[in-house]
Amino acid sequence: MRVARHLWLATLLWLLPLVPTAAQTLPSSDACRDCHLALEEESLVAPARAYERDVHAETGFGCLACHGSGGTNQLNPAAGFLAAPERREIPGMCGRCHSDAVFMRQFDPGLRVDQVQEYWTSRHGELLQDSNDPDVATCIDCHPAHEIRPADDPASTVHPSNILSTCGRCHANPARMAAREIGTSQVAEYTGSVHGQLLLEEGDLSAPVCNDCHGNHGAAPPGLASVRNVCGQCHSVMADYFDDSAHGQIFEEADLPGCALCHEHHAIESVDDAALLARSEDVCLTCHEPPDTLGLEFRRIAAVLDTLNRAAEASRAILEEAENVGMEVSQALFELEDVGNAQTRAHSAIHTFQVAPVREQVAAGMEITVRAAERGREALDEHRFRRLGLGASASIILLLIIGLLMKIRELERAEDTS
Amino acid sequence: MTDGTGPGSRARGAIGRFASWLDDRIGLSAIMPVLRKKEVPVHRHSFWYYIGGMALFLFLLQIATGILLLFYYRPSAEGAYESIQFLMAEVEFGWLIRSIHSWGANLMIFMAFVHMFSVMLLKAYRAPREITWITGVGLLFVSMGLGFTGYLLPWNELSFFATRVGTEIPGVVPVVGPFIRDVLRGGEDVSGATLTRFYALHVSVLPALAFMLVALHVLLVQRHGMSVPPSIEAEGGPRRSMKFFPQFLLRDLVGWLAALAMLAAAAAFFPAHLGEKADPFAPAPAGIQPEWYFMFMFQTLRYLPAEIMGIEGELVGVGAFGVVGIVLLFVPFLDKPKGPDAKPGKLWTWLTFGALAYILLFSYLGYTFDPNA
Repeated sequence: MRVARHLWLATLLWLLPLVPTAAQTLPSSDACRDCHLALEEESLVAPARAYERDVHAETGFGCLACHGSGGTNQLNPAAGFLAAPERREIPGMCGRCHSDAVFMRQFDPGLRVDQVQEYWTSRHGELLQDSNDPDVATCIDCHPAHEIRPADDPASTVHPSNILSTCGRCHANPARMAAREIGTSQVAEYTGSVHGQLLLEEGDLSAPVCNDCHGNHGAAPPGLASVRNVCGQCHSVMADYFDDSAHGQIFEEADLPGCALCHEHHAIESVDDAALLARSEDVCLTCHEPPDTLGLEFRRIAAVLDTLNRAAEASRAILEEAENVGMEVSQALFELEDVGNAQTRAHSAIHTFQVAPVREQVAAGMEITVRAAERGREALDEHRFRRLGLGASASIILLLIIGLLMKIRELERAEDTS
Repeated sequence: MTDGTGPGSRARGAIGRFASWLDDRIGLSAIMPVLRKKEVPVHRHSFWYYIGGMALFLFLLQIATGILLLFYYRPSAEGAYESIQFLMAEVEFGWLIRSIHSWGANLMIFMAFVHMFSVMLLKAYRAPREITWITGVGLLFVSMGLGFTGYLLPWNELSFFATRVGTEIPGVVPVVGPFIRDVLRGGEDVSGATLTRFYALHVSVLPALAFMLVALHVLLVQRHGMSVPPSIEAEGGPRRSMKFFPQFLLRDLVGWLAALAMLAAAAAFFPAHLGEKADPFAPAPAGIQPEWYFMFMFQTLRYLPAEIMGIEGELVGVGAFGVVGIVLLFVPFLDKPKGPDAKPGKLWTWLTFGALAYILLFSYLGYTFDPNA
């Protein structure tokens, strides 16, 4: 298909000079577009149509900015006209502008200019450089030629919400990946992961996606030693705990992949305490085989965490009971939310692989739950007091009413007798 | 202790001397003959005489509880919600005061409506009680204004958005509408400026107006006495009467105590709700609706088409309610028997029943309205 397209293009280019109209000189991008839009071949029409939405078109660049110029005879390849560049030529072609800091400053001073340089360090770049792999991704595979949009445009292929499908176009394609002996389950695994759920279900654009761990233009799998650093970009507290733990040094010496050993690569799950227990049974005991009891430390950690979970649930139940009977406990409920922070800190402390630091964080959370439960019980006591108070005041009012009615009757009788 | 020298007798003697001392200075004894002289007619419609007194009692209760609330309330967007939260959760009996104020406001307006309709149906507005009627209708409007302004003060989500809808309505009036809306809001949208304005109206302007109207209304009721309905007059007038003091007042007291017990029960079983703090940037929550006494008007505006004979539908609705309000004020002048011996017509009686049915029906429709249907 690619050869057929090139043949069509070559034939067309060859025939174009025979067209006795303004198309012969193509003085402007409009002329390129007008002519392409008038063609019947969809593959030649589509670029002209798509380019209307391209950020370069919006900035004022015409077709010839990329396709070169041949002076008055602009369709002459010998004079510099570049119809369809070879894949190998693409990084250089984009880099003509994008690697030129002085040039780029005129249009987007904040945009980096080292993308091409990074690209050649990427796995994609290496493959293109070393083996001229025809299927390896170049600039236009992620930034579709003729319809390049800024990364913050939700319709852009490199917007965080679209990156998964952009990478997945190749990396989830078994036919493409078979020859490279790369698995294709990453997209599916990521989709089910805690990060994938955040991004895809909750629309949280701050959730990491492919490029946050693998890099953008320098995309490559993180090395074993880098995994901790990659995860530590966001999970810095846990990474620090891990570094200071006994495991930090041992993992480094044994070339173990840090975080990924327990948390997997792409299928990173949200770890609740039940999952922690189950997962630890699998992972910890792999190295800490009985009679080594260190591997069982996680059971004690899980028990400590469970104490806090149960206390928080109990306190919430008391406060909700008070709220349901109409008591004002919103402040206490709000303060109870802080238990979540204590739980997060306790979960972070798991990466010390010791009970004591976890217990310390749990103790802080327990204080909050005790206070909340106290407030809840006070509210319920107050509620009972109100009922009693109502009963007492209603009785007093009733007695007063009875007294008044008796007085009225007495006055009526006095009137009747007079 | 029957020789008149015991502690009880000495105390009574001291009270008597104090009363005498006070009487010399302010003339209290002059009031008693007036009160003892005042008579209240007794007939089959006498029950309705108690409603006005009940509304007055609830008004005084609102003043008392409102003053107590002022001790803690902070009228600012930053502090209003928190101060009510504090009052409800931390202040001894704060919940009771606020709940009684909230329930009392509803009961007071309900009683004001009942009083107005009973007066209309018994034609108690007839000469020479026209001014009494006008002050009464004015009091109903002021009470509704107090309800509207007070609703925003907790600065919670529902009150914020209901006020946004409520203050938008006068904005449809041509020329002056947007000005009125902006004056009410203290800006283009409901904000902290609206809260302070509503606060000022709620605790000073409207109560002052209400006090003046109540004073005039009660004074006129005292001057003209209780009106006897035309049907009773046609039967030759009431067969008997009772003394205002103490017989009628004691019966009034029974009703007031019963109302107080009801409010206490409502406060204990259904304390005033606080909800979420208002967030001007949050989307309006579902189920935004005004207080029940505005519901029939709100529902009417919902049903109106976008345009009626080339005029904006909402404007027609607002205009119509404005006209009804003015007509209401002048009912005594519009419902006049033709000729000196003519009997009062039935037209206004039917109009009153019609208005009552309209309010009940549209309030019902308002509470059962499904915006998604």
